[in-house]
Amino acid sequence: MIPAKFEYVRPSSLDEAVSALAEGGDDAKVIAGGQSLMPLLRLRLAYPDLLVDLGGLEDLRGVTDIGGDLLIGARTTHYQLVHDPLIAEHCGLLAQAAGTVADPAVRHRGTLGGSLAHADPAGDLPAVVLALNGTMIVSGPAGQREIEAADFFVDYLTTALGPGEILTGIRVPKLGNDWGYRYEKFHRTAQAWAIVGVAALARRSNGQVAEARVGLTNMGPVPIRAAAVEAAAAGADANAAALTAAAAAAAEGTNPPADLHGAPDYRSHLARVLTGRALAAAAGV
Amino acid sequence: MTTTTEAPGAELGKARLRKEDARLITGQTNWTDNIKLPGMLHMAFLRSPFAHARITRVDVSGALSQPGVIAAFSGADFAGEQGSLPCAWPVTADIVIPAHPPMAVDEVRYVGEAIAVVVARDRYAAADALASIDVDYEPLPPVLDIRTALDDGAPKVHEAGNKSYEWVFASGDVDAAFRDAPVVVERTYRQQRLIPCAMEPRAVVAQWLDDQVTLWSATQIPHVLRFALSAFFGIPEQNVRVVAPDVGGGFGSKLQVTAEEVLAVLVGRRVGKAVKWTESRSEGNMTVHHGRDQWQRIRIAADRDGRIRGLDVDLLADMGAYLMLVTPGVPLLGAFMFPAIYKMDAYSFKCTGIFTTKMPTDAYRGAGRPEATFAIERIMDELAAEIGIEPLELRERNWIKHEEFPFTTIAGLTYDSGNYEAATAMAKELFDYDGLRREQQERNDRGDPVRLGIGISTFTEMCGLAPSRVLGSLSYGAGGWESASIRMLPTGKVEVVTGSSAHGQGHETAWSQIVADQLGVPFEDIRVLHGDTLVSPRGMDTYGSRSLAVGGLALVGACDKVVAKAKVIAAAMLEASPDDLEFSAGRFSVRGDPEASKTIQEVALATFAAHALPEGVEPSLDSDATYDPDNFSFPHGTHLCATEVDTETGFVKIRSYVAVDDVGVVVNPMIVEGQVHGGIAQGIAQALYEEGVYDDDGNLLTTTLADYLVPSAADLPSYVTGRNETQASNRLGVKGVGEAGTIASTPAVVNAIIDALRPLGVNDITMPCTPERVWRAVQSANGGAA
Repeated sequence: MIPAKFEYVRPSSLDEAVSALAEGGDDAKVIAGGQSLMPLLRLRLAYPDLLVDLGGLEDLRGVTDIGGDLLIGARTTHYQLVHDPLIAEHCGLLAQAAGTVADPAVRHRGTLGGSLAHADPAGDLPAVVLALNGTMIVSGPAGQREIEAADFFVDYLTTALGPGEILTGIRVPKLGNDWGYRYEKFHRTAQAWAIVGVAALARRSNGQVAEARVGLTNMGPVPIRAAAVEAAAAGADANAAALTAAAAAAAEGTNPPADLHGAPDYRSHLARVLTGRALAAAAGV
Repeated sequence: MTTTTEAPGAELGKARLRKEDARLITGQTNWTDNIKLPGMLHMAFLRSPFAHARITRVDVSGALSQPGVIAAFSGADFAGEQGSLPCAWPVTADIVIPAHPPMAVDEVRYVGEAIAVVVARDRYAAADALASIDVDYEPLPPVLDIRTALDDGAPKVHEAGNKSYEWVFASGDVDAAFRDAPVVVERTYRQQRLIPCAMEPRAVVAQWLDDQVTLWSATQIPHVLRFALSAFFGIPEQNVRVVAPDVGGGFGSKLQVTAEEVLAVLVGRRVGKAVKWTESRSEGNMTVHHGRDQWQRIRIAADRDGRIRGLDVDLLADMGAYLMLVTPGVPLLGAFMFPAIYKMDAYSFKCTGIFTTKMPTDAYRGAGRPEATFAIERIMDELAAEIGIEPLELRERNWIKHEEFPFTTIAGLTYDSGNYEAATAMAKELFDYDGLRREQQERNDRGDPVRLGIGISTFTEMCGLAPSRVLGSLSYGAGGWESASIRMLPTGKVEVVTGSSAHGQGHETAWSQIVADQLGVPFEDIRVLHGDTLVSPRGMDTYGSRSLAVGGLALVGACDKVVAKAKVIAAAMLEASPDDLEFSAGRFSVRGDPEASKTIQEVALATFAAHALPEGVEPSLDSDATYDPDNFSFPHGTHLCATEVDTETGFVKIRSYVAVDDVGVVVNPMIVEGQVHGGIAQGIAQALYEEGVYDDDGNLLTTTLADYLVPSAADLPSYVTGRNETQASNRLGVKGVGEAGTIASTPAVVNAIIDALRPLGVNDITMPCTPERVWRAVQSANGGAA
């Protein structure tokens, strides 16, 4: 890797990291696992003057049970998400989706916080956290604040993080046993980005889907909820035909990109098919 | 059959672990990029952002003032000495071979073409300084589609126009074959552009001492490169040493004389220091020569019962912007393979080589033969569908029967050996062919959205490149022999020097096995040396599945000479006549008196001491041999692939894959297995995943491995492999295996996809068969119904 020149600091406390980032201004970037940023540095598509490495902040790793929610440190790796028992018990969708990210090397270094803060619409975890109604916990020069996932993803590679702010953790509500889930990722090779991904959650009650949540990966510049599908699925019979019908609205309100792996109309079609499959799996059909 | 083969020895056929793997896998070895020399400087190249433009000004002075920069040069600075990169294969007398300066001087013709070079104290400084070079361009129109590049008024890539050559071949009366033929099927197939992705990127280091230069390069062809540097760039041959240290893969992409190699030598001379360059993956995707890129129009004429009457092929081949080492010859390597394993009355072939403003194409694993095999195996399936018979049955009606070998094909090749019946029978059995056909029918009957397809590829290839006289008749610039030397050391150990140049194949292991049997010395006592023109001065290097089938035979010839010399000395030691000695398992013994014997190691020591050699006998057992094959070798096999095609998404899953290959006698079954696995993967990659894509302006869109999708183990099935063996007509009975899997697998996969979708009305999908293309094919066959 032959990036452009940059300065590098590795603070040992969150306060130090926040002030280093604030002092660096627009030309400073946070680096955690580096799995999104380093390719950009390598291609010289990003040339920050300063990298603030969070690698020294051990507090930002791991999963804690805080009652109704799980608190997941921003530096928790994909590999940890896949294998953490609390995640498995209360938030299996996150483990399932994290297991589809890239390859084992990336999963061992890449972090949940990095994936969310990078906000690549083709990344798997933003749509998942959106569907989970997660909350971002952020520290900055003005102290700590919280940002709902629905408000966090602003535009392509752009979040609601302000200058000098660092994403430190993610709160996700625990899901009860009546919830099922499924992340349907469609990609050409195991290591490739999602052409389309669908994160579906369904709460089943008396043979019906009482409540459904659907997050879409790579169907626009930001991850989005398929609101029309959620509305159509709520109260629908838990069978393939009803859920396929609900999924027909999956592309509504989306703005899918065009690239080598798929034109927008193909992506819209995939969103409908995969949403039907993901909902069916989540509802145990 | 008239083959003669050696008696099987202790080593041949043994699955020896590879001697070279520990140092390769752990990275302990001297990869070119690991080489550090005193005072060494680093080069970085400024490359054209335009597909086609006139260069009106290059000003490198800005770079010179950047920190760490020692020198910077434009193409004009080397205009007097950089010459033109060589093309060794002028396939016709009137071929157009444009000048190809290593650095462009007044015009660029593809994105990535080198324009200037910065020489700096480290890689970072060199890369940073590129931004300080000013270049003025006048953009010219790109030429991107070979189907329209010869139209009147099309923009020109070169002053002489866009046509490089037209090469034709005909055998039999093609008009008669097609006239009144009951069945004629015509198709046009696309061989997409592929980008070789060797694990090790290209890297070079050049160092001058006085008037002598050493070039280390991650190359497949140190010997050819040395010759080229001398013949085309004016450096006296005795002053050039080329070293290919351990090289991490090539697949043909390092069968080249590259701009960066030549410039390393010239720039190193200019600055008076060692210089180094290692490409990045993105730089490599742009500027490693690409592969394939053809349009193939193929027509086949047959009787109602499926008997083939004739075949007619019209190829358009994308040369890219220039002709590199063997660019124009690649389609010719396929020309003789379109008739494949089938008998027919007539065959005609035409290839037009066309220039575009893209990276030049050249040899890529299989080089011409995968393209040909794809087209014939695809159209055999179409013919079977047209006539309404089983595709395997159609093949069997037309293939050369085992008892007909040796058989001279309509293309004029004499296939020495093969058994298509046996390979196919074994493949059907391993595959559960009949069971899968039943399941396919059941799925079709119930309208399963996931269809099952069975793909067949009964392929052969010509390899063991190549008889020198044949290469001469095809206007190739060199021969096809290979050389070997055996050095018997005083302690009875052996150094083997080979002219073929390993870059991952496992020569050190396989060569040790062959020599162990030939000389009767332990496998562990043998060391194989290669890839350095100072150590192995003669060689034709490694490509075209030639190392074993040509270089292996040179090895046997050299061993023969060692044994013959040793026999004379052993006879003197035993006070017997050489004629009364027999040599077996490393021991010379007197016929009828097995107690009277000397080992070859004892003879080696006595030769070294030289105290009592017979009159006129030199104190050396060392021997050289050169082998020039009198025919190609013809590995073949039957590959069967089952795919599940999701018609709702277009996703293709390979459910099972059976490969039965006949590669002749096997030296090391583990190495053969590895070659087959890797080869199949590379062919599957062409069928499903890989394509080098340029946009309408001629920008390469697939510059990273996020866009150029190389499959990994996670995407590929577990292969079931089998082997049938017929012996090639050389002394080892070997055929070669480096390219077989790649040649076989692409049509097997695509045939399987089409077989799955044919009931829906699909009969072609352009490669790579991406989910989107598969889905659209189903959509349009359904009349556009979603």
